[in-house]
Amino acid sequence: MTDVALGTLPVAVSDELESPTRRALRRLFQRKGAVVGLVVIAAFILLALFAPLILPYDPIATSWSLVRKPPSAQHWFGTDELGRDILARVIYGARASLMAGAISVGIALSIGVPLGLLSGYRGGFIDALISRMTDAMLACPFLILAIALAAFLGPSLGNAMIAIGISATPIFVRLTRGQVMSVKVEDYVEAARAMGNPRWRIALFHILPNIMPALLVQATLSIAAAIIAEAALSFLGLGQQPPAPSWGSMLNAAQRFLTNAPWMALWPGFAIFLVVLSFNLVGDGLRDALDPRER
Amino acid sequence: MLNFLARRVVQLVPTLFFVSLLIFSLQHLLPGDPALVMAGEERDPAVIEQIRQQYKLDQPIPIQYLYWVKGVLSGDFGESLRNKVPVLSLIAQKLPVTMQLASMAIVIAFLIGIPAGIVSAVKKGTAWDYGANLFALWGISTPNFWLGIMLIFLFSIELGWLPASGYVPLSENWRASIASTIMPAFVLGNAIAAILMRHTRSAMLQVLESDYVRTARAKGLSERSVILKHAMRNALTPIITLGALELGTLLSGAVLTEQIFSIPGFGKLIVDAVFNRDYAVVQGVVLVTATIYITLNLLADIAYILVNPRLRA
Repeated sequence: MTDVALGTLPVAVSDELESPTRRALRRLFQRKGAVVGLVVIAAFILLALFAPLILPYDPIATSWSLVRKPPSAQHWFGTDELGRDILARVIYGARASLMAGAISVGIALSIGVPLGLLSGYRGGFIDALISRMTDAMLACPFLILAIALAAFLGPSLGNAMIAIGISATPIFVRLTRGQVMSVKVEDYVEAARAMGNPRWRIALFHILPNIMPALLVQATLSIAAAIIAEAALSFLGLGQQPPAPSWGSMLNAAQRFLTNAPWMALWPGFAIFLVVLSFNLVGDGLRDALDPRER
Repeated sequence: MLNFLARRVVQLVPTLFFVSLLIFSLQHLLPGDPALVMAGEERDPAVIEQIRQQYKLDQPIPIQYLYWVKGVLSGDFGESLRNKVPVLSLIAQKLPVTMQLASMAIVIAFLIGIPAGIVSAVKKGTAWDYGANLFALWGISTPNFWLGIMLIFLFSIELGWLPASGYVPLSENWRASIASTIMPAFVLGNAIAAILMRHTRSAMLQVLESDYVRTARAKGLSERSVILKHAMRNALTPIITLGALELGTLLSGAVLTEQIFSIPGFGKLIVDAVFNRDYAVVQGVVLVTATIYITLNLLADIAYILVNPRLRA
């Protein structure tokens, strides 16, 4: 994707210099924060994927003899109010969180970017219509809109992802529109038009690749926000349904046993923090690495 | 300026129209017959029929919308299905609590975020800058409900300094009121402090490179006076208006924070309404939030013009 995104320098020049994608990657890897973020995200993805192979415990198997046991050699993170292994639940919980982050941002991108392209490139009435609709959605605070949507759609992880995705859409519409507005007056777009390219072709093949870096940065930061939102919805009982593990619902249960089982609250929250921090680090790193002003 | 204002206000009309459309259409997301869903456990056909008539659910959708807008415009947001109280009076009752929380949070955010931003810009590249940036990353990445739970564990359970939950109104006992809101206010302010810090830092960095700061330094002014009198004043103007715009973040944050600290405010209202399937309340809360946000946005724009003489023409 980034290949297309940044492969826009004239061919003669890019032969002599390193390709823009490689330059961006090199600069990304120079940033310690971003590298740490990437490593943590990769670790969580691997853990989530291979959870059944690594873990000796089933995340939903209850045991009355193991209710609320503090961390020990057998149960590193302790056990919860139903005697389930918290480490197992934290690792399985990563599935719900990472999936919610990726899918809801995917939804936001696939609605927001086309609308933004249309709005920014066509202008006129369509632009005014889409822009006012975006304003209206942005006027409702992100989480409140997501909660309201999830409440009306009904509680489930799938609906939570839809609710978060829709709530995150207006940011992408606005970002795409703004980027298109600034790019469409560039000479190469004019040249493409002069060559008789149809409008959809110019939008998809000449404008979209050039606004990819900004979208990539926003998408990374939005994944962080979406993961927090999923945890918040699950905390309220509007996301992942029990007994399936999710970090938000684990925190909700933990709050009731804070006095005698504080470890129940520590680990799921720390997992959310770590993953969200990593996506924010990568997002910041990408922003710096893709900024053409900083060479 | 008047021209600009008029244009801004005219633009609000379609925005508000779409807000109303968005909130109205929420109820059509309900699976199945909305009257049945709204009735909840109630299965009495007479009650369901009453709900159908009350919400004009027997009418075509555009007519339903017109009835709804007509109600909203005359201050009738419908009635809470749970306790048969008008939605608007429920909101009016809960809003002051959240306002107290929000104002305390904003004060905390400014007290932490702005000095941190100034220091990190002035001492760019030093340990101070590094530390302030770490703080900002932490503030942006910490889920506020987790922070709230951890604070309760530390300050209420382990140390026993502050009440874990509950709310005392300011008018009743101001000390107890502050004690009951200081933790949630810090939780809310923390995230905004981080955002303010980042904006202050970049605004200060930009100003510090500008010509007039160089001139001030060349005149031999002390570094202290250059930063406090020349740089800060110009850098902070946009930050003040930014504070107003973070209200959305505050209200979003208040939902979970009030839930965790059992504070009977606006955020708890929407959560309780969601649990009780009290859809009129959910719609009312979203509508009021959006209206407050749009109004503040407009005020921020006006304030921005007022403090920036170049835009006043």
